[in-house]
Order: sequence, then C-alpha cells, then structure tokens
Amino acid sequence: MAESAITNVLLCGIGGQGVLTASEILAEAAIAAGHDVKKTEVAGMAQRGGVVTSHLRFGPKIFSPAIPPGQADVLLAFELAEGLRWISHLKPSGIALVNTMRVIPPVVSTGLFSYPVDPLADIRASGTRMVPIDAGGIAKELGNARLVNSVMLGAVAGALPFAPDSVKECLVKRFSAKKPELGVLNAQAFEAGRAAAAAGAKAA
Amino acid sequence: MMSGNEAVARAAWESGLALASAYPGTPSTEILEELTQYPDLNAQWAVNEKVALEVAIGAAVAGSRSLAAMKQVGVNVAADPLMSQSLAGVVGGLVLVVADDVGLSSSQNEQDTRFWGRFAHIPVMEPADAQEAFEMTKAAFDLSEKFETIVILRLTTRVCHVKSLVTVGERRPPNSEGGFTYDPNRWVLVPSTAKRRLPLQAEREKALKAESESSPLNVVEQGSDKRVGFVTSGPGYLHVKESFPDAPVLKLGLSHPAPFEIIRAFAGTVERLVVVEETEKLLETELKAEGIGCTGKDILPSNGELAPEILIPAIAKFLGEPVPVRKLAHDSSLVFPRPPTMCVGCPHLGVYYTLSKLRRQVTISGDIGCYTLGALHPWKALDTTTCMGASLTMALGLDKGRLPKDADKSVVAVIGDSTFLHMGIQGLLNLVYNKGNATVLILDNQTVGMTGGQDHPGTGKDAYGMPAPKVDFIKLIEALGVKPERIHKINPYMMPVLFKTLKDEMAIPEVSVIITDQPCVLIEDHQRFAPYTVIEEACTGCGNCLKTGCPAILVRKRETVAKNGKDQELAFVDIDISGCTGCGLCTETCGPDAIKRMMPPTKTSKEAQAHG
Ligand code: SF4
Ligand code: SF4
Repeated sequence: MAESAITNVLLCGIGGQGVLTASEILAEAAIAAGHDVKKTEVAGMAQRGGVVTSHLRFGPKIFSPAIPPGQADVLLAFELAEGLRWISHLKPSGIALVNTMRVIPPVVSTGLFSYPVDPLADIRASGTRMVPIDAGGIAKELGNARLVNSVMLGAVAGALPFAPDSVKECLVKRFSAKKPELGVLNAQAFEAGRAAAAAGAKAA
Repeated sequence: MMSGNEAVARAAWESGLALASAYPGTPSTEILEELTQYPDLNAQWAVNEKVALEVAIGAAVAGSRSLAAMKQVGVNVAADPLMSQSLAGVVGGLVLVVADDVGLSSSQNEQDTRFWGRFAHIPVMEPADAQEAFEMTKAAFDLSEKFETIVILRLTTRVCHVKSLVTVGERRPPNSEGGFTYDPNRWVLVPSTAKRRLPLQAEREKALKAESESSPLNVVEQGSDKRVGFVTSGPGYLHVKESFPDAPVLKLGLSHPAPFEIIRAFAGTVERLVVVEETEKLLETELKAEGIGCTGKDILPSNGELAPEILIPAIAKFLGEPVPVRKLAHDSSLVFPRPPTMCVGCPHLGVYYTLSKLRRQVTISGDIGCYTLGALHPWKALDTTTCMGASLTMALGLDKGRLPKDADKSVVAVIGDSTFLHMGIQGLLNLVYNKGNATVLILDNQTVGMTGGQDHPGTGKDAYGMPAPKVDFIKLIEALGVKPERIHKINPYMMPVLFKTLKDEMAIPEVSVIITDQPCVLIEDHQRFAPYTVIEEACTGCGNCLKTGCPAILVRKRETVAKNGKDQELAFVDIDISGCTGCGLCTETCGPDAIKRMMPPTKTSKEAQAHG
C-alpha cells in the first residue's frame, strides 16, 4: 500500500460549527474525484458543546477510518484552541488552516481553566506550516455567522489533491437544493475563504 | 456514502423487514430514525429495550422479519427475553442490532456484547464497516430464518458512525406465507417446554458451528510476512490491514460460534498467532481452551479501540523489534479540556442551580440523560448515577439505609421524562409502596434530549412525528400512589418558585413529585425570546450568573480586589447574544439587576415580556 496515495484530512472544532457538514462536502468531492472514501466522527456529546473531530481519508483503498496521530496531511481547525489541541495529529510536512475565532467554554468562563494566551504562536512554535483564517470575521461581513464552514472549505480547497472548484460545486449543490440564494451566498463565502488562504499563505 | 447505521437500515428494508423497534441510545439511535424513511414497514420507538426486543419477538413469532436495535447497556435490560426466547427461537428472521460504545464516548460502561451471544447461545456477526454492515444485515436475516434463531449483529461506534461507500440493491417482498402456528410446546416457555427445547438449542448450536466453518463471512487473506498471523473481527480487521498490509489475516464475520477448524489450519500457516478483538479477551480464551496457541490481551489493551497507533508498537515489541517513538508537535493535554455542557437556555439549568444551592441539605440520586451533566462543574449537584431508572430505586435505598451522619439530609431523585417511562415507573411505584421519603424531580423536557430529540409516549408523537396518544404524567403518578397534594408542576425558569416548592417538599416525610415542564431547546416546541445583555456599569463582577452554567454567559474581565482584608475574585460578564435564548434564568441570579432584555422590535417581544 503506497502511503502517499492516501490523503488524510482532519477537521476539528466544536459542536454546532458545521464541522460534520464540511467534512461531508469534502467527502463528496473526493468521491467525485474517483477515490475510495472513509469518514468518521468523534463527537463526544458534540451537541452539548464538546469537541468534534471528523476524520476524512481518501485514496485508492481505505481500511481504518481513523487518522493515526501524526498522519494527517491537512488540519482544518474551526476554532483557535482546537487547532492547537489537534496540531500534533499533523505530519511534519502537513499544513494547518486555522480559524482564528475563539469559543470560550464554561470551564474557562468560570475560571477553572484558562484559554491559551496565543495559540497561533504555539502552533507556529511547533514547526508546522499554518495559515490563519479569520473565518468568523469573513462570515460576519457576509452577513451570516453560519457561513464559517463554507469559508473554511474555501480555505482548504487549494490544499487537496483535486480541483478546488469540485469542492465548490458540491457545496453549492448542497445549499442550492434548499434555496438558490443560499447557494450563491455559500459560494461567496467559499471564494472569500480561498482568497484569505491564498493571502495568508503568501504572508507566511 | 452511508454510515453503518444507515446501511443496516437500508439492508433491513431490502431484506423485507416488516417491523423494527428500538430505544434511542448512542451510537445506535440512527438505525430506527433511518428506518422511518422507508415505506412498507413499521418502525417504532419502544419505552425500553426489553419492550423493543419483545415486540420484535412477537412479530418474528408471527412469521414476519423484524429487528430490534439498542446500545450495549440496553441489552442488559433486554436480557430476560433474550435468554428465554433463545430456547423457543423465531420463525420470521429476527436481528438484534447492538451498538457497543467502544471507547465510552457516552455511556456508563463499556461492555462487550459478544458475551451475550455465548451466554444466550445465539450467533453473533461482526461487520467492520458500512458496506459489511449492509451485507451482514442481509446475511443475518437469512441465517436467522434458516436456524430459527435470533441473530446478534454487533456493531461498534466505529461501524455505526463511519461513512463509506455502499452498494445497494432492491427490496425483497416481506414474508407473506406461513404465519403464527399454535404450538404451546414451543411458544409457552413453562419448565417442561424449556427442558424439551434445551437439546434443540444444543443441536442448533452444533449446526451453527458447522455453518461457521463453511461461512463465506469467515475468510483467510494470505499475506507474505508470515511472522505474525492475525485472527480478528469487526473494525479490528481494518486496523490490522492498515497496520500490517503484508500479514496473513483471518477475518471472522460470523464470529460466534467460532470456526475452530479454520482457525487451527490458519494457525499452522503462520509463526505466531495474535487475536485482535475489541474489547474483551473472549475469542482468545476460547482458542486457548481449544488448544490453539495464541496471544492477544497480554500485548493489547482490553478496553478502547485498537487503532494502528496501538497495534504497531505492540506488535513491534512482541517481535522484539525497536518500538517507533513519535515526537509530539505540541502536547495537547496542555490545552484546557472542553467537556460537554448543557445547552444555552436548557430547562435543566435552573434545576441544577437550585440543587447546587441546597447542596449541603440533600443527597441527590441521579439518572441517565442530559441532566447527568449536572454532576459536572459548576453545579456538582449529583451524588449517584448507575443506570436507567436507578435514581428512584436507589433513592429508596439511600433513604432506608441512611446512617446517623445523614439523618438530617433529604433524598432527592432526579429523572427525565423518557427515562421515567423507560424504567422509572416501577421505581416510583416501589418508592411509594415501601413508604419511602424522597422528593422526586421529573425533568420533563418533552423529548429524549441526550440522543438528539426523539419522541416517546409523553410527547404525543410517534417515531414518524405523527400524533400519538400522550401520557398524562400527573394522572399516572397519582395512579402509582403519590398523593395529589404532593404533586407539583413547575416552570423551571421560575427559580424562586422551584426553590420554595423543593424546600417545602423536602421537609415532608413522604414521596413528593415535582415535574418541570419546559421543552428542550433543540426541539420544535422550544421558543426563543429576545436575548439579554449585561449593563456594563451595573455589573459588580459577583459571578453569580456564571453559576447557572449557561454557556452563553462569558467573562469579559477578571479582577482581584481586597475586601475586608481578604482577596476576592471578581468576574465581570457579557452575554453572547447570538446564543442567548432569552430564557431569563440568569436575571434571577443577579442582585444588582444588571442583566436586561434587549428589545428589538420583533413580534416575539410581547411574548417575551409575558414570559420573562
Ligand atoms: S439537549 Fe435539551 S435537555 Fe439536553 S442539555 Fe440541551 S437543552 Fe438541555
Ligand atoms: S450576576 Fe449580575 S452582577 Fe453578578 S456577574 Fe452576573 S451580571 Fe454581573
């Protein structure tokens, strides 16, 4: 089994951020590109604000659905501290796309734990390639905080072994099915994410 | 792409399924939800797993194909009919789908359902992924009808929730020939019948052994690296293939009864035999008893998943090879934990805030559901949780078995609506009948909240969302013997009323029941109101509102001030208005009245006023 033929994408975030939807859209794009695909989520009571990760693996033939630590090619983090939490799942040659939005849980609010001071610096210090994305800000500018996952999809699309536009197609198809306007809006978010990633990659 | 649960549902439909019955429980819930999407079959939520299995048995005895689905702990509840019906068997195919929560993502224990197969003399099938879940569901129905026995399809979290490509087919028509045959010597399990059925069960098991030896579900995959050969089943197979692509593998799909002859022959072709099984040392013990030399749990863990990162170093060590060590890019244990919390605006928040205020005066007997989270920070308001329904039964024990130290403490039992219908009714009856002294809180959020909002007899809707008869909790509780004046229905967002009622009832030495009546925020019936905001100048930083545990309340800034010679921590707060449901609970905790409703000119503002 040629290892390089398999692509491992780890998506992480918090319940309700659309991590699983994003993962499904990437899976569809991978299927369209002719890959065998497996996808598994580890959602420890995600509905209740817990951590959500989705493991997406594709290639000629996939056995185990879970990405072993240190084997992810791409980390797509929907929240800043979650990006730091999962950074060690990346290969040394991997790339992390990290939403700079912070989501503070009650254990931090009530003073039991503290939120890392500068997670971006910690991620950088780990030596991995990282592109920060202000997906929360971009989504708000487009008028809907729920667009975060489409922004993140745009950001990651360039880091995958198939055409970014095929991800966009799957995204638009999914949302247009509900309402055509939603398709347009999500496509905008996708393009904004793509541009942000390109700009971020240049800066880094 | 389908998840394992979706694949089971599809395959069951294609197999001509007539009836399915289940109680929701992670990771099995979606099987029944998915089945409601298919035409020409009857899918139902049962009040518990014993009921679910018995309904399925009824259908199978009548000649139809049926399915019962549950999570691992549910089988304990269903054990009674399972053990007995194994003797009488079935006519129409009956598949019992059990989802084992391997790795304990949301259960009170991690148990290996394969034991039930041995215990009940029932065959067990173990798919590894969604495609196999699809194929084995079909095979399970055929096997069930061929041998007239219940078949256990054992899934694990990794099968239930992994999505992969599945090739599907067509539905075969449901059974229409045959039907129920009058045969009390089979169906009426009095001792004489059971005795007569025992040898038949033994014969069936023998025949199943032969079946297993020739089953296409048990396959040897040759490999070039013969130093270690693996015997494995379920997702263990995938982890082995991933970790050791060149090793010989014997994959057991029909894993009980185990095909010892195939295994023995396989063992002869490899240098060492390793059993990779999740979770218990079960097959390994059987193989050793058969005189087949092997290892397994001496080198592998007996709980959790056996992922490649566990298998690869374990086998390297076993072979005396250097164990690969991995340098961490960042130690993730340094990042704060993010445990599950109750939702923003959850109707249980007020109940647990109130209980936490009464902490020293009560022993709190808890149960299974979202409200089990009340055991966590910041409420810390649960003393026990064992299993579905145990809050009420244990409350009686906590009351009657109390020692002098606890003489002044009241016993409070907390249970949800669905859990009450699942196992609580008998507990309450027992509590009243035995003259217990406990205050029972039934947190009726009008759904099964924990598993994502399924219906039950208390919601007035069936599994399809269609209207169904609705249980009247007050009448039911009265009928169980609780005095009418000891039964209260309360809005849990009105904390002063809740606090007073609870205090009053705790003081009365008999059984009282307080029902809270606001819906889970995730269901349709829940209504959002205009959000609240904190007036910055008015907030004194007391941090009281944070103790409700509502995740929408965030700390804006922390300060330490000296007060009466002591350091005092202040936490000034903000409310995340995008999350706030406008329930108003926090306003009742704020002395200086710093939390005010934002009043955008929406149509809900009038209702909001009426509400808050
Ligand atoms: S799902 Fe419903 S019951 Fe459970 S924590 Fe959320 S609001 Fe509360
Ligand atoms: S309860 Fe009121 S004063 Fe105290 S922290 Fe909360 S908003 Fe501020």
